[in-house]
Amino acid sequence: MNPRRVEWFDVINYTCIVLVSIAMLYPFVNVFAVSVSSYSAYVENPMRIWPGQFTLSAYAEILKHPVLLSSYLNTIIVTVSGVFFGLLLYILTAYPLSKKHLKGRAIFMILIIFTMLFNGGLIPNYYLMRSLGLLDTLAALVLPLLFSGFSLILMKTFMEHIPEELEEAARMDGASDPFILFRIVVPLSKPIIATLCLFQAVSYWNNFYNSIIYIRSIDKWTLMLFLREIIYGANMMQIAGGGDNFAEKNNIPPETLQYATLMIVMIPILLVYPFLQKYFVKGIMLGSVKG
Amino acid sequence: MKYLRQHKWLYIFLIPGFLYLLIFKYAPMFGIAIAFKDFNFVRGIWGSDWIGFDNFRYLVASDHFFRVLRNSLLLSLYQIVWGFPAPIVVALMLNEIRHMLFKKVTQTVLYLPHFISWVVLAGIVSNFLSPSTGLFNFVVSFFGFEKIPFLLKPEYFRTIIVSAEVWKEVGWGTIIYLAAMTGVDPTLYESATIDGASRLQKIRYITLPGISATIVILLLLKLGNILDNGFEQVYLLYNPMTYETGDVFETYTYRIGLQDGRLSYATAVGLFKSAVGFVLIIAANFAARRISGKSIW
Repeated sequence: MNPRRVEWFDVINYTCIVLVSIAMLYPFVNVFAVSVSSYSAYVENPMRIWPGQFTLSAYAEILKHPVLLSSYLNTIIVTVSGVFFGLLLYILTAYPLSKKHLKGRAIFMILIIFTMLFNGGLIPNYYLMRSLGLLDTLAALVLPLLFSGFSLILMKTFMEHIPEELEEAARMDGASDPFILFRIVVPLSKPIIATLCLFQAVSYWNNFYNSIIYIRSIDKWTLMLFLREIIYGANMMQIAGGGDNFAEKNNIPPETLQYATLMIVMIPILLVYPFLQKYFVKGIMLGSVKG
Repeated sequence: MKYLRQHKWLYIFLIPGFLYLLIFKYAPMFGIAIAFKDFNFVRGIWGSDWIGFDNFRYLVASDHFFRVLRNSLLLSLYQIVWGFPAPIVVALMLNEIRHMLFKKVTQTVLYLPHFISWVVLAGIVSNFLSPSTGLFNFVVSFFGFEKIPFLLKPEYFRTIIVSAEVWKEVGWGTIIYLAAMTGVDPTLYESATIDGASRLQKIRYITLPGISATIVILLLLKLGNILDNGFEQVYLLYNPMTYETGDVFETYTYRIGLQDGRLSYATAVGLFKSAVGFVLIIAANFAARRISGKSIW
């Protein structure tokens, strides 16, 4: 054993990890610092990690934007309903499939797995929404992401590990399947439910793809469409020659305003994330490590 | 029948989930017929005329199609070269940290970017790279070089996308490897310590072999998804100047389908991608089962 060598290993290792962590944090710190700095302080040093000429004027200005509030509200509606209905579906479907004795289980699983491997593609999905009359509705944002095979398998695997005896005992006392599911299995599945809650919430909050495909009217915009307009309305869309005139009409905002918008969009996730972290790490590990 | 009655609730529970799959996953698969028709929305799928494989003939004759195919493959390839080993290295480093609080804090920081949307990240990227006020060009001009409009240069496009994606997902990718590392038998480390193995030797001869099955499975899975580049990251960062290197299947289908309204052709391109993807992923799973005895599902 060579104590000095061990020490060197740790020094290098810790330094590397710290450097990587800084690389992860820097953009967040920079975006925050710029968002509360004056525009001239930003131009003088765009790399700042500390506010220069502290001001909240960018936030005050963006909060006055007429579309911000409705986009925020739409995103919240879509996220909450996506989480609620999605989890209901996962719980209801995963429970029967976690029962090894269930007849026809293999067929159901194949049907689910096949949807993970093959899909109709953009146009058929668009056509479906159109046929259902859901184009340009918030429902068109909720429905496509409601249910994924991957999350279902995580939950099913978790439920398979719940001891059968608990359910047997309840059944002896005359409990029905719905009672067992919601009173015994669901409370025991908290870690995986919390994990899928977070996954579901993040995928709805962050989704841009479905918004850009299915949403037309500005009053149904989600936060991501709003953010895109604020940021690319200025730089990208003009170069691309596409997009609409929304940003131009509202005269193109300077970078501090864009950074404030970035912060406003990120804040909810930055706030809940540290509290949920312990659940999702546990949830994923239990759900995926099965051998 | 008795079995069904006894377990009727279990089957009732399954109904909503399977109705969902039927309507939102399986129904669009029949919509693939659009690829073989001269489709328009007014006449609907069944009212439009069959044109057989015309769209596919057009597709293999099209330069754009091959550009898209090449871009998709190259972008994925770079993604694998840079993005695949990175989380393994970081997971190995994290695994060597004994200080629990430090480990927890750094892990929290490392997972964080995964939860940021591509719209946010692309916003940050395009501001950082902006020729007028971006911080990259601030540095570039500080050292006396000419400012570069990075996002307008096709030669930088793949580097930008790949770097952004590695930054976003490297920490998240460590979770699965860390889980695999907890499964390595601790007595192996103890006996190695007694034999005088260094920390690096232990990583090389115990930890890495211990997670090799996981590495193989994930690599195969990545190869199986080689045509998937993700719509959002490319769509948000590319522009006509960078179509040459940036245009991939997802963005191409969107542009020709929903923006240009060439629905049948877009469906044919989508079908090509889905079908090839399906074959690749089945092959990847088969290979994973052969090599490690484990399959992906």
